[in-house]
Amino acid sequence: MTPAPPGVNRRIVCSFLVSAAGATGFAVTYGLGGQTQWEGVCLAVAFAGLASGLAIWGRRLVPTGGYVEEHEGLTPPLGEQAMAGDALAAPDSPIRRRGLLGALALALTALGAAALFPLRSLLPWDRTRPVEALKDTPWRPGVRLVTADGRPLRPADVPTGTVVAVFPEGDLDAGDAPAFAVRLQPERFTRPPAGGHLDGLVVHSLLCTHAGCPVRLYLHGTGRVLCPCHQSSFDLFAGAEPVAGPAARPLPGLPIEVGPDGFLRATADFTAPPGAGFWSRP
Amino acid sequence: MILDRLARGVDDRLRLSPITRKALAKVFPDHWSFMLGEIALYSFIALILTGVYLTFFFEASSADRVYHGSYAPLDGSTTSAAYASTVRLSWDVRAGLLIRQTHHWAAVVFVAAIVVHLIRIFFTGAFRKPRELNWLVGVTMLTLALANGFTGYSMPDDLLSGMGLRIIVSVVESIPVVGAWLAFLALGGEFPSDEMIPRLFVSHVLLVPAVLVALISVHLAMVVRQKHSQFPGPGRTEHNVVGSRFWPSYTLRSLALFAWVVAVLFALGGLVQINPVWLYGPFSPAEATSPAQPDWYVTWGDGALRLFPAWELRIGGYLVPSPFIPGVVIGGVTFLALYAWPFLERLRTRDRRQHHLLDRPRDHPVRMGVGVAALTFYAVLVVAAGDDIIARLLRVSVYDVLSVLRVVVLVLPLLTGTLAFLLARALSHGDAARLGELTRADLAKARDVHRPPAGHRARKTAEVDEPERPARDRPGERIELWPEGEVWRWRYRDAPGGVAILGNRAASTEQEAASAAQLAYPGVDRVVVPGPPARPPGKVRAVLRRGANAAMGVSLLVAALRQRRARRSGSDRPGEPPR
Repeated sequence: MTPAPPGVNRRIVCSFLVSAAGATGFAVTYGLGGQTQWEGVCLAVAFAGLASGLAIWGRRLVPTGGYVEEHEGLTPPLGEQAMAGDALAAPDSPIRRRGLLGALALALTALGAAALFPLRSLLPWDRTRPVEALKDTPWRPGVRLVTADGRPLRPADVPTGTVVAVFPEGDLDAGDAPAFAVRLQPERFTRPPAGGHLDGLVVHSLLCTHAGCPVRLYLHGTGRVLCPCHQSSFDLFAGAEPVAGPAARPLPGLPIEVGPDGFLRATADFTAPPGAGFWSRP
Repeated sequence: MILDRLARGVDDRLRLSPITRKALAKVFPDHWSFMLGEIALYSFIALILTGVYLTFFFEASSADRVYHGSYAPLDGSTTSAAYASTVRLSWDVRAGLLIRQTHHWAAVVFVAAIVVHLIRIFFTGAFRKPRELNWLVGVTMLTLALANGFTGYSMPDDLLSGMGLRIIVSVVESIPVVGAWLAFLALGGEFPSDEMIPRLFVSHVLLVPAVLVALISVHLAMVVRQKHSQFPGPGRTEHNVVGSRFWPSYTLRSLALFAWVVAVLFALGGLVQINPVWLYGPFSPAEATSPAQPDWYVTWGDGALRLFPAWELRIGGYLVPSPFIPGVVIGGVTFLALYAWPFLERLRTRDRRQHHLLDRPRDHPVRMGVGVAALTFYAVLVVAAGDDIIARLLRVSVYDVLSVLRVVVLVLPLLTGTLAFLLARALSHGDAARLGELTRADLAKARDVHRPPAGHRARKTAEVDEPERPARDRPGERIELWPEGEVWRWRYRDAPGGVAILGNRAASTEQEAASAAQLAYPGVDRVVVPGPPARPPGKVRAVLRRGANAAMGVSLLVAALRQRRARRSGSDRPGEPPR
């Protein structure tokens, strides 16, 4: 053992003591009820002390650099490959029985293919076809529009100047059903809304037709809604057509009427499948 | 004593000492860039340790749960069990928030370390034969790391991650023919399904980590089998590895690095807030937060989705929605290109030799140009994912930012790629040693060279299967062997270059030492020297010697001063008789 240069031992011991202090600090902090910042700092100090002690040790007390290890290369020694091949393909080796191997391959392929079938169980247990599920929403004729807390909505409950998120009654959590109601001046419509309107009251799907985020940002006065995810914006005066950003299709409309009880209700599903597009979307 | 007997007992039964002796002496090259992969490995260990703790408190279910706990704004509210348990874990479990944030930071660092490691491997050509297989394993681990990062990020069922998950589902649905089926196969229903969170959980804590552990083992086993590559330098050849030994040097240094990584992660986890899900609120399909940016390693995909224009096409009445190209095609092409690069490059260079000496990035201008262009492209995509924040900071319309970025993402990579190509060529063909020394003449020459220098190509096509043998034209080189007690040692010495490198382990016979030396330095003459030559001063010795020199200097000075004072005091006192 070569004698340590002066001071090195002391620095290493100090580092490890700091580490022990950090660990103790963590235990005490935890015991006193815990405090995230202190816990983090204590553990960081504990590990940093450990790291610094080991690093000094590794740099100052053991030889660094100046060693060479031979590299035998990865090209196999002459004849080795051939010998391995011969050993594999000895006269009674299984790989020589091509016919049997073919049958074995058939069996394994069949088994592998059969093993894929249970994957189908990962599909919805009620066997809904994806395309149908994506096209259909809980909206159908007579379903009342309710707010997020489940209250049905009268036309008068939709204020001017803002949008109200609406849901089909009884299906507040459905992923494809959220819509919004907004009151616009009918004379400013440049294109009639897809779902029609009741004196300027229109209802559209809330889901962006680009990637399905809710278009929750209403740009007051312009009649535009904006998606916070990828900044697609839709012009509600022009049939909710996309006017900027990556969305390519208008927000589907929801046809509505006032029911005999005075509350708003749907007269059909959305005018198109809501949300992001897919292969068989009509 | 007991340990000694235990070790002997085990060795008598398993015969481990020959392997151990070789393993302890394994040489690692000394260069910081070889530590990047280790940082990824240690982040992964931190991820597993913190992650196991989290599984005790996280409830992977979307069933309704009423949160009762010390986070007052949510106290008494009904959310999914996943969200409620994440908030409880953060606010009511002691050290829970620290571990959760450390876990998240470790994921961020893990992917970052992998990416930087990949960049190092790419630009130094470390993926060339024989290491293509390990490149494939590494790229696969990158995809798995990204996937696991995303599933972990989505599991708490908060609003921000729910929006992210919905975007990914939309991207999957955009795949022609099978998109909707794939999405339903993954989620077990329409988004947001009840099966979603349990499935994310199983894949996050079981499936993907298990595959990652297996692949990490393969990755490391291949490194051990193939040995490290190294940068060219004195005494370094295609047939050796020069550096420090695993024991004791790298054992200490690697443990130190592990502790540094964990220390930084805990400091981040304790002091820097990450993913405060209680502020985002629980996921609801009708709610959105703004601004919405994912973790950094997904931002390139998000940026691509933002930049790509509203182009959709219909094929025979069927729809290919606009997220398909930025979401699926760009991601797919990225990873296909990564997988294919070693083989594409070999197709072009026709270089089938084994390489253990690394390129400097400049040695391969085309690789340099392509790499820099690709990095620029992804960097612009990352910037684009923050277009709304940029617009807010600059007080301009987000659509103006978008228009500018749409041009930048196509033009800037071409510019930086060409520039990097030219600079690399100027550096490799000119006389400048560093970027700062480049002259206009070098650049002009780089522009005019239209093919690589003759030697470059000729050397590569010759002896296709043989590893390159460096020209041995240094007359000062020799191998010295000497007996040391029972064993033999050897070293490589290049006297004019002032280089002496010791063989990494003792050999039991002269023959064995000679053959190791012969392998490491083919064609260098061997001599047997009588005894251990004076070792070149290592760092420790240099410090000692410097200390000794300083001590000697000081004592000489003191002696001189004392002598002078004595002489002067002698002359000052006339009363005393002169000696």
